[in-house]
Amino acid sequence: MSTESMTLARALNQSLRKALEDDPQVLVMGEDVGRLGGVFRVTEGLQKDFSEERVMDSPLAESGIVGTAIGLALNGYRPVVEIQFDGFVFPAYDQIVTQLAKVHARSRGMLTMPVVIRIPYGGGIGAVEHHSDSPEALFAHVAGLRVVSPSNAADAYWMLQQAIRSDDPVIFFEPKRRYWDTAEVDRAVPPVDLHRADVVRRGTDVTLVAYGPMVKVCLEAAEAAAEEGRSLEVIDLRSVSPVDFDTVQASVERTRRLVVVHEAPVFFGAGAEIAARITTRCFYHLEAPVLRVGGYHAPYPPARLEEEYLPGLDRVLDAVDRSLGY
Amino acid sequence: MTVPGTERSHAPDLSRVLSAFSSRAEEPPGPIQLLTPEGTLVHHPDDTPGYDPLRLRAFYRDMVMARSIDTEATALQRQGELGLWPPLAGQEAAQIGSAHALRADDYAFPSYREHGVAWCRGVDPVDVVRLYRGVTNGGWDPREKNFHLYTLVVGSHALHATGYAMGLAKRGSGAAAIAYFGDGATSEGDVAEAFTFAAVHDAPVVFFCQNNQWAISEPVERQLRGPLYRRAAGFGFPGVQVDGNDVLAVHAVTEAALEHARTGNGPFFIEASTYRMGAHTTSDDPTRYRRAAELDEWRAKDPIDRVRTHLAEAGHATQEFFDDVATEGAELALRIRRQVRTMPDPDRTEVFGHVYADGHPLVDEERAQFAAYQASFADQEVK
Repeated sequence: MSTESMTLARALNQSLRKALEDDPQVLVMGEDVGRLGGVFRVTEGLQKDFSEERVMDSPLAESGIVGTAIGLALNGYRPVVEIQFDGFVFPAYDQIVTQLAKVHARSRGMLTMPVVIRIPYGGGIGAVEHHSDSPEALFAHVAGLRVVSPSNAADAYWMLQQAIRSDDPVIFFEPKRRYWDTAEVDRAVPPVDLHRADVVRRGTDVTLVAYGPMVKVCLEAAEAAAEEGRSLEVIDLRSVSPVDFDTVQASVERTRRLVVVHEAPVFFGAGAEIAARITTRCFYHLEAPVLRVGGYHAPYPPARLEEEYLPGLDRVLDAVDRSLGY
Repeated sequence: MTVPGTERSHAPDLSRVLSAFSSRAEEPPGPIQLLTPEGTLVHHPDDTPGYDPLRLRAFYRDMVMARSIDTEATALQRQGELGLWPPLAGQEAAQIGSAHALRADDYAFPSYREHGVAWCRGVDPVDVVRLYRGVTNGGWDPREKNFHLYTLVVGSHALHATGYAMGLAKRGSGAAAIAYFGDGATSEGDVAEAFTFAAVHDAPVVFFCQNNQWAISEPVERQLRGPLYRRAAGFGFPGVQVDGNDVLAVHAVTEAALEHARTGNGPFFIEASTYRMGAHTTSDDPTRYRRAAELDEWRAKDPIDRVRTHLAEAGHATQEFFDDVATEGAELALRIRRQVRTMPDPDRTEVFGHVYADGHPLVDEERAQFAAYQASFADQEVK
């Protein structure tokens, strides 16, 4: 059997291993990815098996990591870069937004940038400041970048394979509080498209859209709602750029209600774009305004407060109640 | 209670320590020079690295071409044909000398003023001008010329050159990369990070800094406590200062630096001391921040004049040669002028071209919306 039970972190590790085996141009680079195997052990054992030439411990300089990855990509390599934590990506933001995202366009298609930037993101692990942020909207806003986030081990395995094969730069957000969640991974079944949303629970009353760490919360909310006789449909968006609006639209046309859930602050978040577009597409179907559940317009709080800050099951169900109240 | 070492009698005399340190430091030897501003060789021709009259005539020709391109493009901007032009005048020796040291398989990463390097890499000047006319954000096939697109954000490409060079080393290609940037760029974090990455990876990359003394209105003293070339030592690789207006010296030093890199010795830093005789760009007015006397001082050190004087006085070139080169420069300028003035604007849909290599539904949707919007006007005209 090709199906195997593994954690999300292990699935990523296996996916990187496969990519390194399949394509000699694939490189893994980042801080502590070598001997240590990464602070979350996602790259464990890779340097030992694939050499320091292909699995490189980088100097502690994020702009340098992404900037040299661009140069390596110009030279035919396919670098998979690790940024150690969400809050550390900003020294590299200039290289990502100003350079990486635009190389293909400014060369009028002559150059491609097959670079994957892996970023463990989100809260819920009791971390110190700058280790719990969700900056995906800041990347989705940039033309030229693809932005994805798996919610489970199987998607983690396959989506990383697809991201590495993409000729465009992909910002790959890994839900760090789900690293240790286990799921069945079938390494033989061809995956669905990297950017297609997945209806992970069928329902009739309200549609919940989430991605990454919040998919599990929404599934739990749907389970709780079912006990009260409410049928919630849950969509795992999987991709924040592009967004699979067709799948969301089809669902909302049936349920007539939509709640978008993410950890990132609500203001100018992915939910705002989804609300605007779905309102336009489904204007005559909607029974209630599209509601959003997410972080507050405040810096991510100290760990002792994160349970209050993060949208949990109750806040999702509260939004469901409000939606049904229209 | 007294903390050990803080009693006055035991406190280290900081000024004595510092003066002992500074007296040990060597005096800067001065920039490497082979051909003086007066056109005389510093050493006997036999002791002048790479000295060859034929090659010197080629340098002269290319420097004249670079200035011709520059003069014409500046004029075109003044006449409204270009949106902007960053003049290179004064930096011809730094660019032509270094570019001639490159092999075809070396890869150059220019900033936005490297029109002379572009010329030597075989990039049509019309393609360079195309960028500043606002027709494209690129202009040429970088892989065909081994000459990357211009990078407008100062210093960013030092990292791209370093990454590219890391790749060259991985493949054992035996080639090198070169990154061109200015004195202002050395203040950017990306340049410092490039030095770090290049050093620890022994990347075959030459960092070629044209210290043209000015970063728009800020003199080099605003960027650093010099001398600049010494910065490389702190990162663990060699750095030298060369007379950037001396094409012979620039060529010899760059050739040595590239060989150093190609043979597995890691990065090399060159500070070419030169001068931006014109404005930063055509949007700038240098009379607001620098003295006319300074310009006159550097005019006397013109990189082209000294080669011409030397070639003539040494009997290595006839008047006919100089006339031919001048004619060729004028013809090149005329061609640029003609081609720029008849250059078509890009197709409207170019906005959506090549945003993604693998396509993106949002771009497709907006392209279709844009086309429908444009078509709606066409309908009205028909009615």
